[in-house]
Amino acid sequence: MVGAGMSAFGIRPDVTNRELFAEAFLDMRRSVDKQFDLKDIEALYVGNCGAEMWESQTAIGALCANEVGISPRPALKIEDACASSSVALREGIMGIASGMYDMVAAGGTEKMSTLSTNWTTMALACGSDTSYEGAAGFTFPGLYASMATAHMERYGTTHDDMLRVAIKNHSNGALNPKAHFPMTIKGVMEMRIAKAKEKGTPVPNWADEMEFLNDPRYNPVIAWPNTLFDCCPVTDGAACILLVAEELATEFTDTPIYIIGSGQASGQNLHDRETLTSIPAAVIAAQQAYEMADVVPQDIDIAEVHDCFTIAEIMAIADVGFFEEGAEAAKAAAEGKTARDGIKPVNVSGGLKCKGHPVGATGSAQIVEIFEQMRGSAGARQVTGRDIELALTHNIGAHGTTAVVQIYERRQ
Amino acid sequence: MKEKPFTIASFEGFLQEKKLMGSRCTQCGALWLPPRPICPSCKHDGMEWTEFSGKGKLAAFTVIGVGPMPMIDSGYNRDNPYCAGIVEVEEGPRISAQILGVDVVHPENIKIGMPLTADYVERGSWHFVEELAKNRKMYLTFRA
Repeated sequence: MVGAGMSAFGIRPDVTNRELFAEAFLDMRRSVDKQFDLKDIEALYVGNCGAEMWESQTAIGALCANEVGISPRPALKIEDACASSSVALREGIMGIASGMYDMVAAGGTEKMSTLSTNWTTMALACGSDTSYEGAAGFTFPGLYASMATAHMERYGTTHDDMLRVAIKNHSNGALNPKAHFPMTIKGVMEMRIAKAKEKGTPVPNWADEMEFLNDPRYNPVIAWPNTLFDCCPVTDGAACILLVAEELATEFTDTPIYIIGSGQASGQNLHDRETLTSIPAAVIAAQQAYEMADVVPQDIDIAEVHDCFTIAEIMAIADVGFFEEGAEAAKAAAEGKTARDGIKPVNVSGGLKCKGHPVGATGSAQIVEIFEQMRGSAGARQVTGRDIELALTHNIGAHGTTAVVQIYERRQ
Repeated sequence: MKEKPFTIASFEGFLQEKKLMGSRCTQCGALWLPPRPICPSCKHDGMEWTEFSGKGKLAAFTVIGVGPMPMIDSGYNRDNPYCAGIVEVEEGPRISAQILGVDVVHPENIKIGMPLTADYVERGSWHFVEELAKNRKMYLTFRA
């Protein structure tokens, strides 16, 4: 990887997918340290989950290639729900590894804010097994909420354990200028208090952010036990990575980041899995990635994992082998282990929870954070006090029917 | 009589008759609910239909206020939420279903492991495209 960039994440009413993608592409171009010619990009891989539904637009791969000026290069749109852009990146990796290409761009884009909450809920639920899970009334917050009830029953996990993940990721994302909600939970709480004072309504008297999060008037249930602050927001955004063949990397930068492990697996719908408290496809993808990279979980310095819901991070950090499944993983955020200054910083970007989750762009946006952190260019949220030599991303498609885990290395 | 194909349409056809039908592998005997045409366990493609008792227990659940369109059209909303869950039937397999007869106002009272029995309700089809969502049909639910 010699370049990586992303658009600002948030509600972006005045732009469509192709323009969001171009914003990310330009940010990527600016990140390439030495000169490169756009004409050398031999193919474009664009992850996108649902432009058909949110934007009434198919075939956006070619539209994006046109927009950024690399037509007539081949352009592919790749769809695997929320893992679309990690899968797109893997296809780009294979294009280079096959010897067919020397340079490709890969990323993703998603414009989600066009539909009402009801229809966005439907569009996202299209990623479930609609004939059986959709038919049962499951939504995405509902599917992950079911994993949460199974986790609570099996391991004694509490809702407060889940909320600690949200508090941690918001404290990270508050430092990210491109995040959808760059605020700490405490900041949100203080904003609510200020608003009540301004309106002259009764001023809430919360002792701390946990008490605020446990107030259903301000943090309502979405799909029990998932509350609003357990769920990632609906976000518009895009991200893009520039990949080149290993032997060419130093022509473009003195500090390329190498992808040394890549795993991908498919999985069953939730009711068919042997376990409801882990995502089997993620475990398999992680094993593949570790094996290819020849490293172990203890070697990883930082990670971006798929925290679409708070319980998802609790399961993710166990599925990739950082912590034991159950209480150890559930308490990791509360005990500070996954904090930016903890033993295993997780989601220093703010994660999907705070940074936002434009579904088809999320996987590549996770990689943008890793690229910046490994090159020491993450600004205010740069992890300090440790040398980041190895990093990992964990990206889930739908509720675990696709999983991609990759490992990155910075060489001296 | 020729076996019905092991498809979603056949499974739904049985639901209209209030029958919970799945498939049994004629090679290894594994049971599949919903039915599968190729045995995920031994990969054999010979199956026979088998009726499930409809008795099971709750394995995981949620209570939802903002549901998909067929649930909204059935009258469910933030003030009238519903329970969706994963049910482990007594024959072994698990399946997703709406759970009826539980305390949706106090989800903490809904207990994993509670016994359930299959029941059937009619509602609109699950489709993103409105034109396809008009057909009403019988859906599987479980009742406490």
